[in-house]
Amino acid sequence: MDKYINAPVSDEDAKGLRAGDYVYISGTIYTARDAAHKRMYEALNNGEQLPIDMKNNIIYYMGPSPAREGRPIGSAGPTTASRMDKYAPKLLDLGLKGMIGKGKRSDAVKDAIIRNGAVYFAAVGGAGAILSKCIIESEVIAYDDLGTEAIRKLKVENFPVIVVIDSEGNNLYETAIEEYKKGN
Amino acid sequence: MRTINVETISENIKEMCIEATHYLSEDMKKALDNSYDKEESPLGKQILNQLKENLEIAGNDMIPICQDTGMAIIFIKIGQDVHFEGGNLEDAINEGVRRGYVDGFLRKSVVSDPIIRENTKDNTPAVIYYEIVEGDKVDITFAPKGFGSENMSKIYMLKPADGIEGVKEAILNTVKEAGPNACPPMVVGVCIGGTFDKCAVLSKKALTREAGKHSDIPYVRDLEIEMLDKINSLGIGPGGLGGTQTAFAVNIETYPTHIAGMPVAVNICCHVNRHSHRVI
Repeated sequence: MDKYINAPVSDEDAKGLRAGDYVYISGTIYTARDAAHKRMYEALNNGEQLPIDMKNNIIYYMGPSPAREGRPIGSAGPTTASRMDKYAPKLLDLGLKGMIGKGKRSDAVKDAIIRNGAVYFAAVGGAGAILSKCIIESEVIAYDDLGTEAIRKLKVENFPVIVVIDSEGNNLYETAIEEYKKGN
Repeated sequence: MRTINVETISENIKEMCIEATHYLSEDMKKALDNSYDKEESPLGKQILNQLKENLEIAGNDMIPICQDTGMAIIFIKIGQDVHFEGGNLEDAINEGVRRGYVDGFLRKSVVSDPIIRENTKDNTPAVIYYEIVEGDKVDITFAPKGFGSENMSKIYMLKPADGIEGVKEAILNTVKEAGPNACPPMVVGVCIGGTFDKCAVLSKKALTREAGKHSDIPYVRDLEIEMLDKINSLGIGPGGLGGTQTAFAVNIETYPTHIAGMPVAVNICCHVNRHSHRVI
């Protein structure tokens, strides 16, 4: 089912999404991948503030290629989410409402998604050019020294994603594969 | 004897970096079109359509097909009658990569040390495989490799008693485990034989073979066809979101091996299987 939501995402919107929904996101989202997550995790362990408020926000696991002149960002597709599994439950417990990436998640992440009424979206991996076109503004807001891995604030319009794990723990990767499995 | 200035190598490699990351080769485009026609899942078809549009935008607007513009892999065959002048060949290759990634607005994804992890900021060094061949030409294949799929690749030190059934199981298990992480539909590069190291290199080289072109060895060709069919029956589908198109091709290389062993390497590449080839 096609759905349109705004980011930051409300508790109700997040709860209303179901695994398999095709969702267009508009609004503000943040990027963070391996190095930024490690740094945020260390900051929390040291009792420091995070550079972004997690509450009702969406993190996009993405490190873009450099922008050409006149463009806000370069190629901008998702990276593999499982590398953030170690850090994600802590961020979800702080109010993070959505994650956009690609690939499987751990049981600990799934449990934290259910516990917090959150959602895990997949963007199509390797579709970095088309996804770049849905990003209207991009600004590095923290960890500038990390280059492509810095935290960016993005303004997106109709950014296309698919719900993989919903707030009830339904997992599209598991159910859809069963549907098309033959023999074996 | 033919003399080639290494600057020629740098410039060609620079152009190949930009070309390969913005335009897929014809065989890969054809593989994508074929998969689109055959896919049975509506969502799978929608994803494949998105990938086709993505290719159009990448070429027209000069936005890399995928933001992971990879680690630069270079297979270079040097004719033994070639003499290089103007500097060190390896430096010239890395200079080409540097220019390609910096001038071409490509992502710099290489860290100088696996533990300290400081970005080299120009995507060097490249991973280079040299081969000395007859003649006076230089044959270069540039194949940037993203790590979403690289991370899902595996090597198995099988034993002779495991036989061809063991090989099939190794390939299928690797693909199953990779699932959505490797950005399917994927290309599966396999090598059977050699040593631990040789097997891994040839599985990567297998990825540079034209998609849809089979091995000349009859049993290997049959194995490629059978494995593609089995992989596409797994249900993984485009983006791992279910479907009948999980792989575009299975390319298998073989190499003589030791009486005690049967290494099998499975190098997985996503649907953005980039390779650019030039003969200088």
